[in-house]
Amino acid sequence: MALLKLDGVTVRFGARAALDSVDLAVAEHEIVCVLGPSGSGKSTLLRVVAGLQPADTGRVLLAGTDLSGTPVHRRGVGLMFQDHQLFPQRDVGGNVSFGPRMRGADRAEQRRRVAELLELVGLPGAQGRAIASLSGGEQQRVALARALAPEPRLLMLDEPLGQLDRGLRERLVIELRELFGRLGTTVLAVTHDQGEAFALADRVVVMRDGRIAQAGTPLEVWRRPADEFVARFLGFDNVVAARIADGVADTVWGRIPVPAGSPEGARDLLVRPAGVRITAAGGDGPVYAVESCTFRGNHVAVRLRPPGGPLLEAEVPLRDAPEAGAEVTVAFAADEVVVLG
Amino acid sequence: MRGNATRLGLMAVPVAFFAVFFAHPVAAIVGRGLRDGGVWQFAKAGEVLGRADLQRVLWFTTWQALASTALTLLIALPGAYVFARYDFPGKRLLRAAVTVPFVLPTVVVGSAFLALLGRGGLLDELWGIRLDTSVWAILLAHVFFNYAVVVRTVGGLWSQLDPRQEEAARVLGAGRFTAWRRVTLPALTPAVAAAALMVFLFTFTSFGVVQILGGPTFATLEVEIYRQTAQLLDLRTAAVLTLVQFAAVGAVLAVHAKAVRRRETALRLVSPAQTSRPPRGLGQRALLGAVIATIALLLLTPLAVLVERSFDTPGGYGLDYYRALGTLDERGAAFLVPPIEAVWNSLRYALAATLIAVTVGGLAAAALTRRAGRLVRGFDALLMLPLGVSAVTVGFGFLITLDKPPLDLRASWILVPLAQALVGVPFVVRTMLPVLRAVDGRLREAAAVLGASPARVWREVDFPMVRRALLIAAGFAFAVSLGEFGATVFIARPDHPTLPVAVARLLGRPGELNYGQAMALSTILMAVCAAALLLLERTRVRGSSAGEF
Repeated sequence: MALLKLDGVTVRFGARAALDSVDLAVAEHEIVCVLGPSGSGKSTLLRVVAGLQPADTGRVLLAGTDLSGTPVHRRGVGLMFQDHQLFPQRDVGGNVSFGPRMRGADRAEQRRRVAELLELVGLPGAQGRAIASLSGGEQQRVALARALAPEPRLLMLDEPLGQLDRGLRERLVIELRELFGRLGTTVLAVTHDQGEAFALADRVVVMRDGRIAQAGTPLEVWRRPADEFVARFLGFDNVVAARIADGVADTVWGRIPVPAGSPEGARDLLVRPAGVRITAAGGDGPVYAVESCTFRGNHVAVRLRPPGGPLLEAEVPLRDAPEAGAEVTVAFAADEVVVLG
Repeated sequence: MRGNATRLGLMAVPVAFFAVFFAHPVAAIVGRGLRDGGVWQFAKAGEVLGRADLQRVLWFTTWQALASTALTLLIALPGAYVFARYDFPGKRLLRAAVTVPFVLPTVVVGSAFLALLGRGGLLDELWGIRLDTSVWAILLAHVFFNYAVVVRTVGGLWSQLDPRQEEAARVLGAGRFTAWRRVTLPALTPAVAAAALMVFLFTFTSFGVVQILGGPTFATLEVEIYRQTAQLLDLRTAAVLTLVQFAAVGAVLAVHAKAVRRRETALRLVSPAQTSRPPRGLGQRALLGAVIATIALLLLTPLAVLVERSFDTPGGYGLDYYRALGTLDERGAAFLVPPIEAVWNSLRYALAATLIAVTVGGLAAAALTRRAGRLVRGFDALLMLPLGVSAVTVGFGFLITLDKPPLDLRASWILVPLAQALVGVPFVVRTMLPVLRAVDGRLREAAAVLGASPARVWREVDFPMVRRALLIAAGFAFAVSLGEFGATVFIARPDHPTLPVAVARLLGRPGELNYGQAMALSTILMAVCAAALLLLERTRVRGSSAGEF
């Protein structure tokens, strides 16, 4: 049974719907990441579950119980705020022990729990440190320890790694996943960073304008974005209008083979850059001008301008990179093509 | 919905308090003045308003209040800055010292300035300068009295503003002054407005100071109300003037409430210890020097003269006046008890009044924290009204309304603290509200998610942050209670006089011994206040250090 279930939840701010009849289920021990640009309603989603924002319509069920009458402090969910919101006037120990203290744990129990959690997040012995003396990464760890300390049934993370630098983020996301797996924590996280979401989540939910645009495992979402919005949000810009018949799509980029079993008719087509192969001028289809080549480490991203329509991006090995300004034709690999919608 | 219910619950106690101990007595007095044979006599009220002498009083009241407020801000804002941002030896002592004038009974302030600027006063003796016939004496006494209001209200917030905000503006290309004007000033505006409002209300309703320094030439509404009530027994004129004062104050509060609503912002507060440092360079030292000089000249000199006079007996300097305080006056019926007893009465009353004011004001501030609705804003303004309503009217109203069951308090000691608390509540609310509103709402949410109930959130998140403000508020309430005169003079029992009442009684009688005793008693009051304030300063320092529970 789903631990958390949202049932047609709608939240309006004036005329705008921050959440528009959202249905969502999170199973026990599952890590679900809500992914979306800012303003897509993902933070509101967490606030509704925490009880900080009442839903206009719909229900929030935790372990089968309707939470609508339960005030924030009795919901037994944890929330790690975007900028941590550590209590500045308490030290690290005071922050971490806050939750257990609210639940009536005695001093010895609080001390034990604080020590245990600081150990867990890799800050053993930090009890007496002042919040102001912590680095960003340490604050993040303390916030995590504080959220975990009362043993919430569901842990929610709002942009958990948002303000940290890249290297730290990549390391922490792995630590987090490992930690949650070990503890069996049920997690609902929101982020705008797809890399973070894919690395952390068992299941990804992409949101747009208060609605769920797509839900699935990271692999599913990555492989088959549901529509142009999701594709572009995941960083794929090679989207073009197409007319599909008999396994071939007719586009301004030329004729592109599609995977077997793709739907037919007028559709949007996503071509992954890896599926675009540059053939020297003289191949089939339109002639492209090489607009720019960007070095990306193990490959070069080449932007190609067709005679008409949107730019096409290709991913080519270093040795095959063309000169900017050259004229080329291209060939497409069907397994890197996705028919959207 | 839930929040609204809580808010209404929190508001219930303050509202009931104000209804019974404020609205009811004032309404009773106004009714008594304006009703004749069960009929409202509005035509006669109009007659009163048409009188040229009363119009002059209204005009004088208004412009001297505006001038006093402007002058106080001009002189005290640099002081607020220095106290907020500079560390210097003796800072704590000096901060307590500037607060002393505020807790002195207004009658004593008047006397001190008379001793300084009046006939035979210090300036007269030294240079033959007398200001007691000019309005300057009143304005300077008002600055003397209200300096602490600005330093405490504005400086309190200023010391907690994050200086990095200003630094960010400097880096973005703003000059020192521009950065201050664009970043710090807007953040300070609510506190400055609150301070200005308080000073205006005080000076608009100024009683003791004007009574003594105004002579026959200058009278404020409050002085006129007292004259009409206590001397001419013309309750009708007094009632009309009370209403005029009430309306004027109501209008000012309405404008203020509107202005405040536009300016509310969440501030990022830091510990005051992080924001102050020793002055550096010539300019900063000069500013510090100028502020200290101003304080010495304007605030400490009158106090010093007061102390000097208390020892200046006919037979040279001595303790004669102090010794006389412990004995019963054999020559007249001025006192039923030795004047020294007034000290204990005052302390007891002020303590009780502080408890009441902090409870009522604290509840009100908690209810007002979450900004919302017209109802709440109206409540906000209501809380300020006691500052604007004639204390004389309130005191007299207490006498005629709280003397019958179910509320027969005439014989009870609680009557005096109740009246004094009424004046203390606005301070508690004004001091606590800006800080409470500046607490980041998400910290409260974080606590709630971690399992803290709304009451617990208040205790765990709001309270530690506002404890400083609460202590300041309690100090203010204590001081105001200790110095309250207008209402207390009516309701204090003859065998239980308070310090200000005793001082006024002594001043009202001729003779060097009485004058000297008044000065001695005022000096004692001053010493008590200074001690209490030093204690408060100490608590503040300890309270703001780390290590919470």
